[in-house]
Amino acid sequence: MCDTCGCTQPDEAVTFTKPGEDHHHHNGHEHPHDHSHSKTVSVEQDILLQNNLLAERNRGFLKAKNILALNLVSSPGSGKTTLLENSIKELGLPVAVIEGDQQTLNDANRIAATGAPVLQVNTGAGCHLDSKMIETAIAELDLPQDSVLMIENVGNLVCPALFDLGEKSKVVIISVTEGDDKPEKYPTMFAASDLCIINKIDLLPYVDFDVEKCKHHAQHANPDLEFIELSATTGEGMDSWLDWIRAQVKS
Amino acid sequence: MHEMSIAMNILEIAEQNASDSGSSVINSIEVEIGTLAGIELSSLSFCFEAARKSTRLAQSAKLEIISIAAVGKCADCNVDAEADFYHALCPECGQPVAVSGGMDLRVKSINVD
Repeated sequence: MCDTCGCTQPDEAVTFTKPGEDHHHHNGHEHPHDHSHSKTVSVEQDILLQNNLLAERNRGFLKAKNILALNLVSSPGSGKTTLLENSIKELGLPVAVIEGDQQTLNDANRIAATGAPVLQVNTGAGCHLDSKMIETAIAELDLPQDSVLMIENVGNLVCPALFDLGEKSKVVIISVTEGDDKPEKYPTMFAASDLCIINKIDLLPYVDFDVEKCKHHAQHANPDLEFIELSATTGEGMDSWLDWIRAQVKS
Repeated sequence: MHEMSIAMNILEIAEQNASDSGSSVINSIEVEIGTLAGIELSSLSFCFEAARKSTRLAQSAKLEIISIAAVGKCADCNVDAEADFYHALCPECGQPVAVSGGMDLRVKSINVD
């Protein structure tokens, strides 16, 4: 019931309004009372303000040390960790890694085996990394000047799109063992990214994945999206990716 | 389920603003959510109901969601195109046009006692 006037209408927590409508839907009834003792306070505040402010601080810190930070986002199992392992070995620049997963040190252990500094962030129930986690992680990692920071986000093609971490670019990775309609199903992530890596191309003869169709859908969401096709396992196409990183470091 | 983070941020912002204005109860919170902001409105509503219970001032606050649509404009014909998610076609020439906006995530106002 209404806790202001005591009327017996059901307590609705949520209403929906379309642009141009001046009244909210109340499931078929209107509130007959004038709550004249209440007042409206204008707020006009970005919901992600705290995250965005901290992300900008991270970005400033990274820029001052000339560290290229890339936020790698994808579904679970797209091959992010294998791509990272091989990139670290071949890039020829110091690389540090922040690994985001809900549980386990598995990915961090694989990165540590390459010799790169790595910190695992376990988010527990959380579905994404946020800028506060990155602030803590970069303080722990003691990153060198003129290096590359790879942030492997939690495997999730939805939530990480929203949370700026302070990276220079988001890189979305899709593997050919997924459907070529992924960009159509999850456009937000493709819209938020600068580069799309299509991984596991060595498996193309065995799967029903249309590369051009995938690109076409991704460009619907983001006409400026760049693409690199590669296989982190066989090394095919890796040079294009490594050159892309080197170009980002210079720019 | 980033909608839980979003719901908690909304409540934090609302409680801060209510405290600043010397209010003791938040009746409602008006938010603007863009259609391309990556927020599932039903999930947000669900999370909000759960999250408000652990607040001090917003125990029975209502969440009023204003959905902000993305818009498209055809540069050739100079007409507005209705955007369906990331897709918009010019009503004059039928060509796809780039969409903008729809990324809003904002607490607009609160109603307090």
